[in-house]
Amino acid sequence: MLPPAPALDAMTTTSGFLLVLSIIVPIAGVLLAFVLGDRYVKLVACGIVPLASAIAMAILFALPQSNGPLVYLLGAWPPPLGVALRADGLSAVMLAATAVVISGVAVFAAPDFSPASTQARTPFAFWILLLAIWAALNTIFLAGDLFTLYVALELLTFAAVPLVSLDGRAETLRAAMRYLLFALLGSVLYLMGTALIYGLYGTLDIVLLSRRVSAEPILLVAAALMTTGLLAKTALFPLHLWLPPAHAGAPAAASAILSGLVVKGSFFIAVRIWFNVMPGLPGFAATQLLAALGAAAIVFGSVVALRQERLKLLIAYSTLAQIGYLFLMFPLAFDAAGRFQNGGALAGGLLQAFSHATAKAAMFMAVGSIYASLGHDRIMGLRGAARALPLSVLTFALSGIALMGVPPSGASLAKDLLLRSAAGNGQWWWEIVLQTGGMFTAAYVVLVLAYALAPSDKPIALAGPTRLIRDAAPLVLALCSLLSGLVPWGPYLPIPHDIGSYLPSLGTLSKLLFPVLGGAILAILLSPWPHALGSSTARNTLATVVGPFRRGCLAFGNLVEKGNETLCQWPAASISLLLLALMFGALMLAAI
Amino acid sequence: MSITTIFEILLAAVVLGLGIWTIAVRETFSATVGFVTYGLLVALIWVRLEAVDVALTEAAIGGGLGGVLLLGAAARLRNADLVAGEAPGKLLRVSAAVLSGLTAAALAGAILLLPDPAPTLAPAALANSWATSLTNPVTNVLMAFRAMDTMLEKVVLLLAIIGVWSLAPDIAWGGHPGPRHQADPRGILAFLARLLPPVGIVVGIHIFWTGANHPGGAFQGGAILASMWLLVIMAGLIDTPPVSRRWLRFILIAGPSLFLVVGLGGLWFGTAFLSYPPSMAKPLILGIEVAMILTIAATLGLLLAGAPERNAKP
Repeated sequence: MLPPAPALDAMTTTSGFLLVLSIIVPIAGVLLAFVLGDRYVKLVACGIVPLASAIAMAILFALPQSNGPLVYLLGAWPPPLGVALRADGLSAVMLAATAVVISGVAVFAAPDFSPASTQARTPFAFWILLLAIWAALNTIFLAGDLFTLYVALELLTFAAVPLVSLDGRAETLRAAMRYLLFALLGSVLYLMGTALIYGLYGTLDIVLLSRRVSAEPILLVAAALMTTGLLAKTALFPLHLWLPPAHAGAPAAASAILSGLVVKGSFFIAVRIWFNVMPGLPGFAATQLLAALGAAAIVFGSVVALRQERLKLLIAYSTLAQIGYLFLMFPLAFDAAGRFQNGGALAGGLLQAFSHATAKAAMFMAVGSIYASLGHDRIMGLRGAARALPLSVLTFALSGIALMGVPPSGASLAKDLLLRSAAGNGQWWWEIVLQTGGMFTAAYVVLVLAYALAPSDKPIALAGPTRLIRDAAPLVLALCSLLSGLVPWGPYLPIPHDIGSYLPSLGTLSKLLFPVLGGAILAILLSPWPHALGSSTARNTLATVVGPFRRGCLAFGNLVEKGNETLCQWPAASISLLLLALMFGALMLAAI
Repeated sequence: MSITTIFEILLAAVVLGLGIWTIAVRETFSATVGFVTYGLLVALIWVRLEAVDVALTEAAIGGGLGGVLLLGAAARLRNADLVAGEAPGKLLRVSAAVLSGLTAAALAGAILLLPDPAPTLAPAALANSWATSLTNPVTNVLMAFRAMDTMLEKVVLLLAIIGVWSLAPDIAWGGHPGPRHQADPRGILAFLARLLPPVGIVVGIHIFWTGANHPGGAFQGGAILASMWLLVIMAGLIDTPPVSRRWLRFILIAGPSLFLVVGLGGLWFGTAFLSYPPSMAKPLILGIEVAMILTIAATLGLLLAGAPERNAKP
């Protein structure tokens, strides 16, 4: 566990240069790849990915040796005049997630995006943008200054948007345009808040600010604007209009990066602002609102996901639900004294981010393989896929199990930590949401697997040969997520010692069965599609029993889908944006 | 009430009115003209606030290059058959107006409540200008104290170029951006394109050069150079270069690359990444800025030229 040791923050620590390297090595790759041009782009990326991963690992090793966070003063100018980079435990976890996911995606994408196999345009853009996203995310995780964070957000947006429209179809161009406009709206809100904070305190350094802030209306207005802007970029319900078309329309490797990593960037800045800049100020009500949006995201995202015909859209909506899950930690980390605690709930939230990053990237890539082999991704056309594409379906299943929170996955450890905080804080209502969230996740995983595992009447024609190395990368990522509960997170995250023993036991079994059974019931009730197992007598009797109830559930699902369509229009989304900014401002002001 | 106060009130009123008009007006072309004028007047406000560096940038980007971009878009949209979406209902409009009004009021309240005099780092920036021997504090902040941000912003510009280029059709990849402009070789545009660039280039370089000690700098100078380049392209005197040209790629990365190399030199030989030894700070910073003005001019010009549309070999 890392105490926030502010005594050492005004000087560069021994291994501080690693922080600089982790940002400039991918940037050097971007510049080099750009000037060398089409033929060498992939080669440059192949050189940079292992190098930058090694730097991330070096930071992971150096951090526990150091007494407090790693610090680097850029240009040797101390804040507030200069800018500092700082790595604490949270940064380390996210740096690791980024390195793991980008390496996996790079291995997966290598055959698709090689200059010889397709036109030169897509590999050129893909590899450069991949490296740029890495540099942007590392900057976000390490920056110690609110304006540097803004620059990093811009880098991230400008690297992520072109990935959406990489294949040039009209609908993906529209999706990219939506993403760009909404993300820029978010940037403007964040920048306005930053300007107000500078006008108020004369510094943007996070550590200096945390010592100077007090409950002033201007600061709270700024925080409300910045939070709303970041939520728009994270696509938290109801600001998600851009996410489903963007994440479902991009090529599989790009979707894996967008869904697994890019949305975590703005989430991480929100964590920094609430936990590090103003830990004592947001107030109980604002944290409840944030988590309530998260809970709504879980319900909306999951119900709409269950009603999708296309697998990629299903996963995009599942990302929407998982983003909601990330925000449940805010009220749970807020203690009775009215301060954010650097404790179990925060650790749970970050672990959730790690496991979602790896599992969701694996899922998108597995689906990309299925799409490429079958030539479509209609869920009802998946019969026989498990036999034809065992590795991809296995990857999908494993990453789904990891997301549900089944031991020993990181999501399960995260869920335990969050449940414990909820019980400790007496906020039992979030326990219900946490349990239901796991069940909803199980629901759409079970739904897809029910089709994929069903036998097919006719043999499946595969579009091309499957490559082992290509399919191995997502499998490794899925296993990473599934086994991440076993990793000793202690040096990086404040995890209590008495948690996290995952020996197989009855408890483990119940943790597996409980969400899966609940999920199966939810899938049967809420999915409008004919059941994969066809009509058996047992099913017919079941149908007569639950028939009226299921019709009610389907009507509810229909309603949710209609509501989602309205929220995904510009007027509704813009009004929600303004409304949220005002609500956060009002709730925070009411708390002082 | 002095004459300057009256002028300021008038200016603020005109800017607000022009802003509302730009949003309310229906024709794309009129809105563009309104926006360009708005940008120029906002630049005047920055001058009144004694932020001449910001004023120059606002005039060059908001008034100049942004205007060219919007005019081009308006010209393309003129022929398009635009299907007007259904007008939003009354409830939607009223709630949008109320919420926007409340947000604006909250912002205005926050700005009025800001402490006066504002806490500022300006004295610290001035006191530390010995480290670079440059006396323009803005340049010192951009190139020394917050050099990392400036370098990353230049990479953002490069990503914008990649984003625009990635919209090219596959067959035109590596080709010339934008349409080939034709203009009457004896017309006014061709005449201006021959007359203005020599003057414009000198002005651009002057603004860049004085940036070391006075308001101005690489970005403002680069914007002027870019507009001169675009003028010559639009007059049909030269074509846009194919994007696969190695020299073009090299110019586009020259600024951030030199920045990175100098920064690494500081990490290796000096005290820290992006630190300059005081004796060599001025030549190093000027060197980076020379590379940056070229990069900025080429980047802004190519951003306006658009995605590659025509193959390199016709």
